[in-house]
Amino acid sequence: VFKRFVEIGRVAFISFGPHAGKLVAIVDVIDQNRALVDGPCSGVRRQAMPFKCMQLTDFVLKFPHSARQKHVRVAWEKENINEKWAATRWAKKIEAREKKAKMTDFDRYKVMKAKKMRNRIIKHEMKKLQKQASKKGKKLQKAQK
Amino acid sequence: GEKKAGDKKAGESKPGEKKASQKKIREKTRKPKKHHASRNPVLARGIGRYSRSAMYARKAMYKRKYTAPETKIEKKKKEKPPATITKPVGGDKNGGSRVVKVRKMPRYYPTEDVPRKLLSHGKKPFCQHKRKLRASITPGTVLILLTGRHRGKRVVFLKQLATGLLLVTGPLVINRVPLRRAHQKFVIATSTKVDITGVRIPKHLTDAYFKKKRLRKPKHQEGEIFDTEKEKYEITEQRKSDQKAVDSQILARIKKVPQLRGYLRSTFSLSNGVYPHKLVF
Repeated sequence: VFKRFVEIGRVAFISFGPHAGKLVAIVDVIDQNRALVDGPCSGVRRQAMPFKCMQLTDFVLKFPHSARQKHVRVAWEKENINEKWAATRWAKKIEAREKKAKMTDFDRYKVMKAKKMRNRIIKHEMKKLQKQASKKGKKLQKAQK
Repeated sequence: GEKKAGDKKAGESKPGEKKASQKKIREKTRKPKKHHASRNPVLARGIGRYSRSAMYARKAMYKRKYTAPETKIEKKKKEKPPATITKPVGGDKNGGSRVVKVRKMPRYYPTEDVPRKLLSHGKKPFCQHKRKLRASITPGTVLILLTGRHRGKRVVFLKQLATGLLLVTGPLVINRVPLRRAHQKFVIATSTKVDITGVRIPKHLTDAYFKKKRLRKPKHQEGEIFDTEKEKYEITEQRKSDQKAVDSQILARIKKVPQLRGYLRSTFSLSNGVYPHKLVF
């Protein structure tokens, strides 16, 4: 039922707080609510962070618990987490949301035109297929008679 | 008595003026002298280090000797400018002229040191008001008009006029907005800018050019007035030529940006779920 677990080396995405939007690796568990966390390649200092603000990702790094920042960084870069993260759908959705919020009036116009054109093309193809299907259907009906 | 004084004045004023101008030039070339700090260091409050005579020497008052003020006799002999002037006054049965003092008595004698300010203090006429322009509005910005018959239309900003209104054009062929004035407050500035460097806007496009003309000579004839006054606005040839002159330059630059023409043709509107305070313009 659960696929992502809190473990040493689990890469987490910080959803709110001062470091919102950054990735960190769980280095150690402090108690039921907090973890020692470090994000050397994402600009998060080694610190305690509550689990509530973390969202687990699919990535796990390999380093022993309470490893130094240097080792965390080495493991992070070896696994190329930054690139892998940018390739996930999750990160892409976040980026798309940000872009949408930044759209200017001119951008909105261009998007509207692009959407319109795309829908026209789709509709055109659909109509073609529908016509073909209806023709086939008529042919079959005629043949049956 | 007055005539003689006048002649004397004419004779004396010329050499007097020459000396004054020479003095002024000499004074100007001299460096502006700064006042020295107190030459009498304070030992305790109210007690200086040096005595009066020592200070006299320190301040070199022996060098700074000033003459006594003029006595009354000398003053009487000196020619003074006239204290009153007669000015012509219009209107019937008014006596034709008034005798007016050249230098008037003060309007207020303060009981304290701060003089009372005129009621119109700090109130400037409209022509002297400071005109402000939002930083987001620069020449070439695309604006969205919010009021008037062209509301919702996207328009190119050209310059700010002397009264503070914005000179704006459609261009006419794109969205039927002519060279027009728009008010800064009733306009949304988008972040889209057209490069307008090098576009020459004719200098005769001022507020007076755009001001609405109204004939006002009723002459107490109520029946016939409404024919003579301009009811329908007619586009003059000058407006057409000016429009062409400005638009031809701008259209060339608009064509360079893809889709900008279509953007300027479209109008702005709100729909469900669109909140202006959340939009980035």
